[in-house]
Amino acid sequence: MHKIKSTNFTRLLFFIVLGVGLFLLGNRVDELRVYQGATLAMYVIAISSIILLTGYSGQVSLGHGAMLAIGGYAAALAHEHLGLPIWICFSIAVLAAAAAGAVLGTAAARLSGPYLAGTTLALAVGLPSIANQFPILGGEQGLLFDVGAPPARLGADFTQYKWYFWIAALAALIAIWWLQNILRSRYGRMWRAVRGNEVAAELAGIHIGKSKTLAFTVSSGLAGLAGGVLAMTISTVSPSAFPLSLSFSLLTGAVLAGVSTLSGVIIGALTLVATPEIADAISRRLGNSENVTTNLPGLLVSALLILVVLLVPNGPVEQWRKFRARSLHEVTHR
Amino acid sequence: MYQFINTVLIGITSGAIYSLMAIALVLVWRSTRVVNFAQAGMALLSTYIGYECIQRFHSFWLALFIAMIAGAGIAAAVDSVFMRTLFRRVSHGPIAGVAPIIATLGLLGLIRAGLGLFVGNADVSIRPPVSNIGYTISGHTLAFSPLKLVIVSSAMTLMLALSLLFSKTNIGLSLRASAFSPEIARLAGVKVDRVRTLGWAIAGAAGAAAGILQTPNGTGALSPDSLDFSLLLVFGFIAAVIGGLDSLLGAVLGGLLLGLVLAFVLTYISGSLVFITAFVLLIIVLLVRPQGIIGMNRGRRA
Amino acid sequence: MSLQVTDLSVDHGAIRAINKITFRVETGELAAVIGANGSGKTTLLRALSGLNRSAQGSAKWKDFELLHTKPELLVRRGVSHVSEGKSVIPELSVEENLSLGALWRHDRAGSLQMRDKLLEHFPRLAERLKQSADTLSGGERQMLAICRALMSQPELLLLDEPSLGLAPLMVAQIFQNIRDLTTTMGLTVILVEQNAMSALKVADIGIVLNLGSIAASGPAKSLIADPQVRAAYLGY
Ligand SMILES: Nc1ncnc2c1ncn2[C@@H]1O[C@H](COP(=O)(O)OP(=O)(O)OP(=O)(O)O)[C@@H](O)[C@H]1O
Ligand SMILES: [Mg+2]
Repeated sequence: MHKIKSTNFTRLLFFIVLGVGLFLLGNRVDELRVYQGATLAMYVIAISSIILLTGYSGQVSLGHGAMLAIGGYAAALAHEHLGLPIWICFSIAVLAAAAAGAVLGTAAARLSGPYLAGTTLALAVGLPSIANQFPILGGEQGLLFDVGAPPARLGADFTQYKWYFWIAALAALIAIWWLQNILRSRYGRMWRAVRGNEVAAELAGIHIGKSKTLAFTVSSGLAGLAGGVLAMTISTVSPSAFPLSLSFSLLTGAVLAGVSTLSGVIIGALTLVATPEIADAISRRLGNSENVTTNLPGLLVSALLILVVLLVPNGPVEQWRKFRARSLHEVTHR
Repeated sequence: MYQFINTVLIGITSGAIYSLMAIALVLVWRSTRVVNFAQAGMALLSTYIGYECIQRFHSFWLALFIAMIAGAGIAAAVDSVFMRTLFRRVSHGPIAGVAPIIATLGLLGLIRAGLGLFVGNADVSIRPPVSNIGYTISGHTLAFSPLKLVIVSSAMTLMLALSLLFSKTNIGLSLRASAFSPEIARLAGVKVDRVRTLGWAIAGAAGAAAGILQTPNGTGALSPDSLDFSLLLVFGFIAAVIGGLDSLLGAVLGGLLLGLVLAFVLTYISGSLVFITAFVLLIIVLLVRPQGIIGMNRGRRA
Repeated sequence: MSLQVTDLSVDHGAIRAINKITFRVETGELAAVIGANGSGKTTLLRALSGLNRSAQGSAKWKDFELLHTKPELLVRRGVSHVSEGKSVIPELSVEENLSLGALWRHDRAGSLQMRDKLLEHFPRLAERLKQSADTLSGGERQMLAICRALMSQPELLLLDEPSLGLAPLMVAQIFQNIRDLTTTMGLTVILVEQNAMSALKVADIGIVLNLGSIAASGPAKSLIADPQVRAAYLGY
């Protein structure tokens, strides 16, 4: 098997084609699917931020929902108080979350897994109380985040959700394209070297602490973008939009995607989008009792997380690749 | 002056509960090198079992006892079935280092959602065994009440019992030896796998006690998605980190320190700053003294 | 009645650390295993005590198969191992390190009796019972490690470089202690050593390992006399 080495240009072309394909698809499905498409794009960004962190730098964040929240609030504040255009709001979301990530990452880089995990979990748990602390954040109600109606020239039947979907999909495409480039750059090689063997990487002249801080910063920035997109799709930011279970879901998505490569990210995102629907279908079967409807999604996500970690810890994509490599091996050696 | 004493007493009461949770986390960390984020879920489950006992037998003490036994059983099962499978299956690969963390988090989610499925998400309340009306000293009514006295003395008694168990008994010696150096312990004939499960069981009991005691210490309300248990986990973790994560004495001191600091912030500054204070304290300890207040100078990076 | 090792092999991944070795140690004998760094001495002991359970072949102690048995069970069968480096737990006190070795016997009186007997041999430890083990000197720690192993009242004692990092005088003393113990307690001892000459001097038989195979073996006296062994392993 030989690998096709894709140049920057062909990859860019691929993303453009993918983008056009998505936009065309957006015209052919109903409103709910379009909305789910926007959510899917948000999950793609958020999950890839976790993959970068966990898969490429060996750190784990249990509270990435907090980073999404920072991005969401930053975007909403920029929009409400400064009246900035939407893409600048998203940029501010990225910068704000990245700045928070840099601070946390500096502390994190000096620490090992459980400390960072606990610290990020603490952040996610305490986030509501922080949001309630500052009146500017709007307390329980939170803030409105209205990116406005789609431009008139797109036609009268161009719906709001379709507009969200366009923006979200574009953001996801740009984010993934950019992330792929960074992973192929010397930073990507640096992260891989550190993940492979910290001591060897250090001997090769890589500053472990800086490398980890940088990974945490970039990851947080991406999470901030996801937060901005999430806030857009639901038109508000509030503590309840970023519950602890969001962090759990993102982690589940990342583990499902297989943390070691970006290639499975869509599987993780699709699963997260599908879970509530599956849970809905099941609870309708079970007679829609309130206990079931409220708890089934969480139950499914957690069960999935545990099963994947136990059964296919490197993610189904990696497992499948290994399986295929093995069977190819058998075929060629017969 | 009264307010000061009152604040100290309140701080020690909640601090003692954080200490119990921190002890649970430290015990598991020492024996398995895993921070058990599922501890909050296990404590929640045990507390519900305790609640059922109170409803049936109308005895807070019996409920505390049964909940602790249940907590021990749950934790032992989690270690011997779940963690053992995990370590066997995920021993290498890019995710090996973080798999236990992710798995315990998954377990936390599973317990919370599973419990919600069975008992629903509405609040139930744990009836306190004694009055929660504050003591009155020369005309001043304190927030410190007979209930708080009961809570703080139960927590302290449990901690004393644990410290005797660890320092004076053969079981305690096996537990410490297996935690510090499993290989040498095995060579000396200690069945470290069993001892490890025993460590989990004790942690489960301590966590259960923290859960049962904290509920009436707060609002008395209990529900599967209660923020209180997440906070208990977070504060327990912070207390454990303050104490160095490896030390039981550190866990106790860390919990009391955290309880006191938070009580003073609550009384003299603002209730809404409590969480931020705790979080800032955590970051400061991590940056300035990652080995904890009484931690030995061993690497924290492994 | 003896330790009979037959065709024992141990791999560390792709590296074969022990390659099909066969030897026999009679009960009550002191066998010195010598060899260069990396020749597989530690690996051999770890296979015999159950710490490395991926060994192939067989190792029978009084007709009981040692391989693939957990170390905590082997202790109950009379096999004690003092592993490489100082095999004590620094966080515990001297007293606790000692009692640890006898916990599994569930015999408090017997264990106290054993302890007193050992402390007669090692008075320096007696003075330091309450001290934590990491305050001990290297030689004292090594003594403690050996005593910890003896507290289990073993019949087969596996010692991995007890002389590591000790001053020459101390080495001589430890070896004499080991010799005395072997004789008075009727122990069978496998003594792995870098200090080849001193070890062979107190040993009954010697086994020379080279790259995982036995290069020479036989009565210790004849090994000392063997010019080839002298040249290659004893340094003169
Ligand atoms: N855990 C391990 N993983 C991989 N290789 C190992 C491992 N332990 C030992 N080895 C290798 O097996 C060989 C034998 O090692 P062993 O420790 O048994 O030697 P030794 O004779 O005790 O040496 P020394 O005198 O230096 O203690 C060496 O080549 C060593 O590198
Ligand atoms: Mg060796």
